[in-house]
Amino acid sequence: MENSLKVVVVEQDRDRAIAIVDALNDACACDVLVIGDASALARQIAAHQPDIVLIDIDNPTRDMMEEMTLASGPLERPVAMFVSGNADGLAEAAVEAGVSAYVVDGLEPGRLKPVMDTAIARFSMVRQMREELAETRRALEERKVIDRAKGLLMKAKGIDEEAAYALLRKTAMNQGRRVADVAEALVTAAGLLG
Amino acid sequence: MKEVKVSVAYMPLVDAAPLIIAEEMGFAQTEGIALDLVAAPSWSSVRDMLAFGRVDAAHMLSPVPIALAMGLGGAATSLSTVSVLSVNGNVIGVGKPLEEKLRANGFAFDFANAKAAASALAEVCDRPLTFGVPFPFSMHVELLRYWAAGTALNNTGIAIRTVPPPLMASALAAGEVDAFCVGEPWGSVSVDAGVAALLLPAKAIWNFSPEKVLAVRTDWAETEPDLLGRLMRAVWKAGRWLAKPEVRASASDLLSRKAYLDVSAELIDRALSGQLMISSRGDHRRVDGFLEFHRGAATFPWISQARWISERLQKTHGGTVLDESTLRRVVRPDLHRQHLSIPGHDMPGASAKVEGSILAPTAVASAAGKLVLQPDGFFDGQVFDPYP
Repeated sequence: MENSLKVVVVEQDRDRAIAIVDALNDACACDVLVIGDASALARQIAAHQPDIVLIDIDNPTRDMMEEMTLASGPLERPVAMFVSGNADGLAEAAVEAGVSAYVVDGLEPGRLKPVMDTAIARFSMVRQMREELAETRRALEERKVIDRAKGLLMKAKGIDEEAAYALLRKTAMNQGRRVADVAEALVTAAGLLG
Repeated sequence: MKEVKVSVAYMPLVDAAPLIIAEEMGFAQTEGIALDLVAAPSWSSVRDMLAFGRVDAAHMLSPVPIALAMGLGGAATSLSTVSVLSVNGNVIGVGKPLEEKLRANGFAFDFANAKAAASALAEVCDRPLTFGVPFPFSMHVELLRYWAAGTALNNTGIAIRTVPPPLMASALAAGEVDAFCVGEPWGSVSVDAGVAALLLPAKAIWNFSPEKVLAVRTDWAETEPDLLGRLMRAVWKAGRWLAKPEVRASASDLLSRKAYLDVSAELIDRALSGQLMISSRGDHRRVDGFLEFHRGAATFPWISQARWISERLQKTHGGTVLDESTLRRVVRPDLHRQHLSIPGHDMPGASAKVEGSILAPTAVASAAGKLVLQPDGFFDGQVFDPYP
């Protein structure tokens, strides 16, 4: 029996990759390789012969991994997408966390569990950060639209900024919509009317 | 009235139009549902989101539910195809080096004759050509294999490699692939980027092939028949709307939005109109029925097409062809009939046909007696009888 599991992590972002590798090394005896270059994915994976491949669920190169799970693919040992039917719901947890795992057939579940638990925890964290970032960006975007709407109102009605904002809020409240949505509608309409 | 949310995963492609239009043009709202459209980064991700219950329904490559039932690739959850979302719509393209060799030989790029195109390709290469496709279980793969096996390309054979379409240009540049088969807008994107020329519409191989389907979990279809019916009707009405020539500009505009395809409306219009620019020199070709959402009972999930797919998958990947009862649990003309018996929708009387036998638009037995099926011939004139 081999001493350590061979794990491949497909990740382009260097910092993220390092974080995942560190976490895995702390959690279990495993030999981790990071692949960042998608174009050589198949060759590199075939060369390394991993027991487990971990890849972000949002990574478009995942479809290339699928090819490797087929009998005719470049991996000599049969590999399966980490499938349902696993007793402790590990697969669902993995999908929820945004990690997809490809596991070589016949790997004992007991050896897999610590790797997956760690990966799930790590990917969850990254996913959460990414969602927060997207939320921040969206909020910024909305702020810009609201500012433009305020400007339009100030010019059209000759009112000050505070009054313009109050008008936006009041309209949104009356219509049961978000202020950002009302602002966007106004900006679009103003664009159309030129 | 508060609408019920139905989440649907999709890949940002032109043929996701019926889902996007169903939501944007209010067909979903009319049915009392709101579609929560979730754009996915890969087909494996679409499949997993559906299989693991993150979404209720999905825009799916037609062979995927069948492949899953055959035990090929991924999750063990059983999926059902309840409607076809789109017929045809893929293109085969060649990289610059091949394009130049073909032109040097006087090849005209007629974008129509599948046999002649294969002969011309075979003439300029002495090794197996590598084709990039989006996913191992796809009509892209099955049509390429069917075409190569029946033409001059059979002498050298072809290799097929999965390359996500956004990476196709760099794969061509790196020489990882020589050619590709992809859905729109990716063919047109590669032409505009100056890295490829379009050789054939996949329609030139099979005139009426089911490309994307509306798939749900089989158990969801059983526990949520009411929601399923509303979803199917909304999507079917969106397909009927899309089939009107006068809505094309609005449809292209909607699809081009940042939240959906995020490419120019002009690019999307090429696929919707069937007026494709096939090379960076600006040559245009017109293809009737390049992408169908409605005409000729396009949404009907034919058992015969499903059987063709299952037999082709078996040839490539091994395993067993699905038996009739399993096939009918995966591909569901029964649910299509149950939920889409609505005024204006004429459905065929039979659920299977001899594929490849219709060579001109043909009136067939149908509920209202008004259904005309479109030509469904194979390039080699063969027919596929599902019950020989």
